[in-house]
Amino acid sequence: MSAIGTDAIEGFGTTGSTAQGTRDRLRVGSAAVLLATLVSIPLMANDYWLNAILIPFLIMSLTALGLNLLMGYAGQASLGTGGFMSVGAYATYNLLLRLPELPLPISLLLGGIISGLVGVVAGLPSLRIKGFYLVASTLATQFLLEWLFNQYGWFSNYSTSSSISAPRLAVFGHDLSSPTGRYFLTLATVVVVTAVATRLVRSQTGRTWMAIRDMDTAAAVIGIPVSAGKLKAFFVSSLVIGIAGALWAFAYLGTVDARSFNLDRSFQVMFAIIIGGMGSISGNYLGAAFMILLPILLDHVGGGLLGGAIDAGQLENLQRALFGALMVWFLIKEPRGLAALLSRAWTQLASCFDR
Amino acid sequence: MSFFVETLVGGLLAGVMYSLVAIGFVLVFKASGVFNFAQGSMVLCAALTFVTLRDKGLDFWLAALITLSVMVALGIAVERVVLRPLVNRPQITLFMATLGVSFVIEGVAQIVMGASVHELDLGIVDTPIEIGGVQVSQFDLAAAGTAGILVVALSIFFNKTRVGIALRAIADDPQAALSIGIRLQTLWQIVWGVAGFVSLIAGLLWGARQGVQFALTLVVLKALPVLIIGGFTSIAGAIIGGLIVGAGDSVAEIYLGSLLGGSVSTWFAYVLAVAFLLVRPAGLFGEAPIERI
Repeated sequence: MSAIGTDAIEGFGTTGSTAQGTRDRLRVGSAAVLLATLVSIPLMANDYWLNAILIPFLIMSLTALGLNLLMGYAGQASLGTGGFMSVGAYATYNLLLRLPELPLPISLLLGGIISGLVGVVAGLPSLRIKGFYLVASTLATQFLLEWLFNQYGWFSNYSTSSSISAPRLAVFGHDLSSPTGRYFLTLATVVVVTAVATRLVRSQTGRTWMAIRDMDTAAAVIGIPVSAGKLKAFFVSSLVIGIAGALWAFAYLGTVDARSFNLDRSFQVMFAIIIGGMGSISGNYLGAAFMILLPILLDHVGGGLLGGAIDAGQLENLQRALFGALMVWFLIKEPRGLAALLSRAWTQLASCFDR
Repeated sequence: MSFFVETLVGGLLAGVMYSLVAIGFVLVFKASGVFNFAQGSMVLCAALTFVTLRDKGLDFWLAALITLSVMVALGIAVERVVLRPLVNRPQITLFMATLGVSFVIEGVAQIVMGASVHELDLGIVDTPIEIGGVQVSQFDLAAAGTAGILVVALSIFFNKTRVGIALRAIADDPQAALSIGIRLQTLWQIVWGVAGFVSLIAGLLWGARQGVQFALTLVVLKALPVLIIGGFTSIAGAIIGGLIVGAGDSVAEIYLGSLLGGSVSTWFAYVLAVAFLLVRPAGLFGEAPIERI
């Protein structure tokens, strides 16, 4: 029935109203605890944690959120994620460079909007084609954008090397170039975007997307504006991915480099939402955490336990195989990903409290 | 003018190489509706297995035979372990599952057989010969010949043998095929086995041309526009799509490339494919799906 991953409409489950209430309170409570933890983390964590784990995790979550809106909610599969990230990164870079009077949040948002507009153009074929034909056309976007930024010097301000260093990050006079500053910039963006996205998927727009995902022909028959819905999904998704791309370049890498937004990045984000859970907001964080932490864990296991018996190349191959196997496993056993697994555990916990 | 013809011929022959990979896709898609993204990794796996066996000093034909059985076993295993539990799931889910499979195959193949670049010598001399004033690579000609034989063999298989006709019945209507007693799962295994065989041929030719290395998996990305132009369900479409992409690619690289500053071949085929899609959403030879609510 559903194209990709369905999420039961909240509040209409089989659980009774009291259990639902407990579940909601648990949910809000845990979100508050999570946020408090994330805000207080810089007090305890060192720079390694911020730079190598938390910042990439947050940005990966944001990217996954962007793709999930398009793929998990609106049902339009895309492999152009890396391309849209690079549009966001280069657009923001050029805005910061050429319009330095704009404050950083505005430049970030404008960069996202530019990426969103590119997304609308890239989404035009979706009005006529679907499924993996659409995947192929998003691949066209990916390759074309990758080439564009490599080919024309204007985008990178005629820098001689292919990677360009990011301008100084500052919001209203506050310097944000320290790891803590970059962390808070990322965290604030992620919180705002998540809040907006959560509202959006429960609004008319979100319902339209889900109707298109579940069967677009049927949606068109009952009068849902399918074309507008699809393009809107492409716009919002690319906007979020563009902002994430800008953050990836400025807050994480510190350089704008087209090579870090290649097809592998698109695959990585797609894996994150499949493992985390399509059509779920919290799934993005779970999937992103998984994608960021597993390689680090493997690295430590490989280096520590086996005393470096496995070289880096082998470890990377092992990681590839493991990710692939997990993806297949999730698609077969739990198409709604880690989010569904966790949600089931949640319900059980809530029913324990009710007794 | 002769330069243009030379570019065109070179491109057409390169296109045949893309078609070789695309045929593997078409076979599986026709019979089971699965868009097998792992075809590229199967090509790599075949080439890598063959080269490793040859390096161990095995005879050419023995190595080919062992590789063939490995590939057929791999194809059947993928069908059994991954695709059978996913029956009746949306096509895009199946596609993502094969994406996962491709990562597993790439990872495991390189863990077992190493990631270094291997030379593969098929004993085909690669000196250009002149035909009617045009320089043509002998190797490309041999590859095109192989592709031609493969297409003829597959057409005979699909049109004359019982198994082939059963496969066409499945492609046409799985429900009806089941109801007249065609064994769906056995035939799926056969078709995955055949796909393993085709990837062996493609792996050997591509491996000999480029060296056996990880980059071989990228041929799947070259084959995708070929499929879109030709349609997912037609072997003839795969060949013609390959010719269009090959010719378009090399002509664009020369003429458009100098205009835009080079390396347009990374995206040209895709843009061409999208242009085709907008006019004919099911490809040149594909069948337009009819949707029911």
